[in-house]
Amino acid sequence: MSAITSYLKSLALLELLGGMRVTIGYFFKPKFTIMYPEEKTPKSNRFRGLLALRRYPNGEERCIACKLCEAVCPALAITIDSEQRDDGTRRTTRFDIDLFKCIFCGFCEESCPVDSIVGTDVHEYHMEERSESVITKPQLLALGDRLEQQLAADRQQDAPYR
Amino acid sequence: MAEIRNYTMNFGPQHPAAHGVLRLVLEMDGEVVRHADPHIGLLHRGTEKLAESKPYNQSIAYMDRLDYVSMMCNEHAYVRSIEQLLGVEAPIRAQYIRTMFDEITRILNHLMWLGTHALDLGAMTLFLYAFREREQLMDCYEAVSGARLHATYYRPGGVYRDLPDTMPQFRESKWTKGKGLKQANEWRSGSLLDFIEAFAQDFPTRVAEYETLLTDNRIWKQRTVGIGEVSPERALQLGFTGPMLRGSGLAWDLRKKQPYAAYADLDFDIPVGTNGDCYDRYLVRMEELTQSNRIIQQCVTWLRSNPGPVTVDNHKVVPPSRQSMKEGMENLIHHFKLFTEGYIVPEGEAYAAVEAPKGEFGAYIVSDGSNKPFRLHLRAPGFAHLSAMNEMVKGHMLADVVAVIGTQDIVFGEIDR
Ligand code: SF4
Ligand code: SF4
Repeated sequence: MSAITSYLKSLALLELLGGMRVTIGYFFKPKFTIMYPEEKTPKSNRFRGLLALRRYPNGEERCIACKLCEAVCPALAITIDSEQRDDGTRRTTRFDIDLFKCIFCGFCEESCPVDSIVGTDVHEYHMEERSESVITKPQLLALGDRLEQQLAADRQQDAPYR
Repeated sequence: MAEIRNYTMNFGPQHPAAHGVLRLVLEMDGEVVRHADPHIGLLHRGTEKLAESKPYNQSIAYMDRLDYVSMMCNEHAYVRSIEQLLGVEAPIRAQYIRTMFDEITRILNHLMWLGTHALDLGAMTLFLYAFREREQLMDCYEAVSGARLHATYYRPGGVYRDLPDTMPQFRESKWTKGKGLKQANEWRSGSLLDFIEAFAQDFPTRVAEYETLLTDNRIWKQRTVGIGEVSPERALQLGFTGPMLRGSGLAWDLRKKQPYAAYADLDFDIPVGTNGDCYDRYLVRMEELTQSNRIIQQCVTWLRSNPGPVTVDNHKVVPPSRQSMKEGMENLIHHFKLFTEGYIVPEGEAYAAVEAPKGEFGAYIVSDGSNKPFRLHLRAPGFAHLSAMNEMVKGHMLADVVAVIGTQDIVFGEIDR
């Protein structure tokens, strides 16, 4: 008996029709895709994108050239040179990050004692020459300046967890 | 009579169904496979060797990149192995967070497997649906760790940060506004746990949809039933683990047999197959989706009612909080010490394994008493599965090779390491 019913079921293409009902249902439902790049999916405040260097509100760069980020970077993507400035403070003279090496692990941000190096929420960037993969200190600071508001807000929101 | 010779051909490494960079040298007799010879090594990045030159913590980031569809499970094995050597144990809340994210990872992995396996065998729709759900879970990944895939979230002695109380929300745009915007943000108004709970409540209906599309489908059955059969004895001899072993009828699961993290306190079942063919392994994995969902729900309930620390209070292993680091000299010293030298691990060796979505993923560490591992070995389940390729496809048609690759759930990141 069961053999006959299963034969009849198979003849009636029931399971195929069931599958089609699911797909046709989605045809009439609102789409779950978005119109990238005009529209973007939301990003968490912990997002680790392109790296940047921040400044204090008075315009002084935060980085004190402690080289913790250089030491902790598993991909050896960061290169730092430093010297003492005339006012007696220690600052970097060179701060290069090789984006081809960086694996965006976020350890540098975790290690930085003065919240200088941070992961921004920029995830789309391009370069035209291979050599442009190394971003330098002015570029990092400029990016930090551009996004400072967002960066500060994100850090503040996440501060209780760190 | 003319002399007939077998024809040798390359399958991959650029074949879309080769799931990465598998190069399979097939000896064909017409359309029947006589011998299959997998070649590996095209994705070798030397992770094990690399780890020898870095303090322990820095290699966590590289663990994500082994099996790049079950990231946190890899981290879990590595981190547990270090914890064994150090003799520290993560606090209970961290154990639950790890359990929850291991299961989220399992769903992520099985959805990826389901989508690509079905796509390889001609069912396109499912791929799109599976990725829709993956997107939600990757948002959970991002919310806790800041990265959608390569999380670097687990640490020896706990997890990096506690679960956030807010979820990022969609912004209004020309296309998403009014009712649509409200709907898009429906799950996102509360904390991460609310989001995960909403997902877990919705997920069984999604699984039912996948099942409607595949389980009884005649084309799907023709492509999978009786393909790549492995007997239970043979599965054991070949060193199978995970769904590959359970598909053959052996109820072996590290989460039950050697419970770690919070699994001992949770209620879930281990599905097993009977015939050990592709179809049975499909059924096993589908049931695992449901079971993982159950575990996630239990974890959410527990995590809601039990706040607490997520890292051990031992600043020789875990850096102090940022606030205290900026205020106390002692803590600042710990901070600098940990991020440059790391911690010293006592001499000895340890092996810790977790039930990763693909099988037993283990990390074996030999320590010589310094801050870097003397030797790290990773046991990747995919390697044992791939070794059985010849046995599983011999005598089948060329098209069935794709089904077998799919059912083995091969990911080259872990096989080549
Ligand atoms: S994100 Fe990781 S890899 Fe990139 S620079 Fe920072 S520490 Fe190095
Ligand atoms: S960015 Fe931070 S961690 Fe890196 S050198 Fe500057 S102060 Fe130190």
